[in-house]
Amino acid sequence: MSALVEVKNLKKYFETPGGMLHAVDDVSFSIETGTTMGVVGESGCGKSTLGRVIIHLLDSTAGKIYFEGEDVTAVDSKKLHKLRENMKIIFQDPFSSLNPRMTVEQTIMEPLIVSGRYSKKEMEEETERLMTMVGIDERLRLSYPHELDGGRRQRVGIGRALALNPKFIVCDEPVSALDVSIQAQVLNLLQDLQKQLGLTYMFVTHDLSVVRHISNDICVMYLGQLVETSPSKELFKHPLHPYTKALISAVPTTDIHHRKERIILEGEIVSPINPKPGCRFAARCGYVSEKCHEPQQLEEVLPKHFVSCCRARELNRL
Amino acid sequence: MTSNNDAFLSVRDLIVEYTSEGRVIHAVNGVSFELERGKTLGLVGETGAGKTSTAKAIMRILPDPPAKIRSGEIVLDGQDLLKIDEKEMRKIRGRKVSMIFQDPMTALNPIMKIGEQISEVIKMHNDITWREANQQAAKMLEKVGIPSDRFNEYPHQFSGGMKQRVVIAIALACSPELLIADEPTTALDVTIQAQVLDMINKLKKDFNTSMIMISHNLGVVAEVCDDIAVIYAGEIIEYGGKEAIFDHPTHPYTLGLFGAVPHLYDDVDRLSPIPGLPPDPTNLPAGCHFSPRCPHGQELCRIEKKGLVEIQPGHFSRCTRFADQGR
Repeated sequence: MSALVEVKNLKKYFETPGGMLHAVDDVSFSIETGTTMGVVGESGCGKSTLGRVIIHLLDSTAGKIYFEGEDVTAVDSKKLHKLRENMKIIFQDPFSSLNPRMTVEQTIMEPLIVSGRYSKKEMEEETERLMTMVGIDERLRLSYPHELDGGRRQRVGIGRALALNPKFIVCDEPVSALDVSIQAQVLNLLQDLQKQLGLTYMFVTHDLSVVRHISNDICVMYLGQLVETSPSKELFKHPLHPYTKALISAVPTTDIHHRKERIILEGEIVSPINPKPGCRFAARCGYVSEKCHEPQQLEEVLPKHFVSCCRARELNRL
Repeated sequence: MTSNNDAFLSVRDLIVEYTSEGRVIHAVNGVSFELERGKTLGLVGETGAGKTSTAKAIMRILPDPPAKIRSGEIVLDGQDLLKIDEKEMRKIRGRKVSMIFQDPMTALNPIMKIGEQISEVIKMHNDITWREANQQAAKMLEKVGIPSDRFNEYPHQFSGGMKQRVVIAIALACSPELLIADEPTTALDVTIQAQVLDMINKLKKDFNTSMIMISHNLGVVAEVCDDIAVIYAGEIIEYGGKEAIFDHPTHPYTLGLFGAVPHLYDDVDRLSPIPGLPPDPTNLPAGCHFSPRCPHGQELCRIEKKGLVEIQPGHFSRCTRFADQGR
């Protein structure tokens, strides 16, 4: 297996009146072909920005992005056009991400038209194939988004993303706006499509149960920085970073007989504008020490399990 | 359900309908439940199940038109809220019953200082001066974990979690005897959700408040509720103590909900979604409303409609097929 997508020291800063906003700060990881990388964190941690920078919806500030081993950080518009066919995104809100004045068929067909490679007949056939693949009934071909429920709208968004046979899809909170019974339908569809088409996903979400279910590997982000990354099961079995531990402990569970020890974090996320060097979680961390205010390194503490915390070994007795 | 004279709140056969473009939307179709003092009831269900309509009926804040309470009784502490006039209701609302709304971003007045939004409620229900009301409001802020020197700030100066604390402070300002929390943590991040749930649990104990917690999140309900009512298509389909519902769910819809969510510690390769979609509330299916989606649905289910049956003491279900499940 080889990495389909790799990012190295990726940074995305936004200029704001208050100073530089460090949305993504020095993030490195790679995603193996055919696997799912879950990116989890709370609002404002930079997880969505990270997805957008990787697929070039936003320009990066610094760092490198590799796709199939090739450096695609800075590409000209012609190459970008080609690259975009291979990298797609599914958005969170199927209510605002579809054009309300386009039918299901037009929405799914649009990328095919833009590519300019298909005849009218081919496009119609391809659209029909895509609709079947994502489970939208033929009779809804001429329906508008407002006529569809959330689950079907999200299927349309997936169908549109799959046009032109991409290799990599960023799924940005694709099930967060859906009811649980519909959420399960869409998650199953995404898993089926991955198996069928060998797709690689980057799955961005704040829902830990969902991310654990769908991902092979997980990155935990906090205020623009990658604090921990490891295979999915391992992360939940042995969370090493104090933030990851708090995050997992905060999820309300349906297990009413085993009340787990809950770590209640004090305070809230601090501003990502002109952050101080050092661990950004330090302000809320219960184990903060002198060394935490120095820049932290992502270190392989257990096999394939990386953590960015100077006290990780000591606190976890490793 | 058996009638309980100690019940602090008793809702009986509540029917709420909305009229839209000449069609009748059957939002709440005969909901009954009871709540004792100091207890918390969870209302669980998906979008459009009728959870919020039930809550708003109790608060009497359903917009009429289009909403109409067709029939039913809402007896709070011996008084039927559906029989009193608006003037009397205004005295109860905010004092005896209050509500925490889902979205703290829209529940607050953007051009009013947050402290004043709290003291407004206190002034309205107590014969005191503004000065005293402001003092009490400042105390309330501290209670929900906001330093009182932020009294004069506006909602936009607060984060989502802090705004929700303000909303909770407003709801609790007059120590209501019944608190209705409508998805109070849905708009919040998990670590902030944990803080808010922790705080709600503490305040509930301090004030001995009865509470109705509305949520689609089974985990949240498990954390705070004593009893749980699962609601589908405007009807309670299963009702019981927390242990009964989580350990021995019997209604196929409840079972379906449990199968549809990924768990934090159990491994499943594939989720089991509930097939199909919730029914159209303008045209509810005959018989059991869940029957068209039910994997165990039989001919009879589509014709005959069942009421809630007490399958174990205190545990009610509209479906008896799995009544012995796991016992």
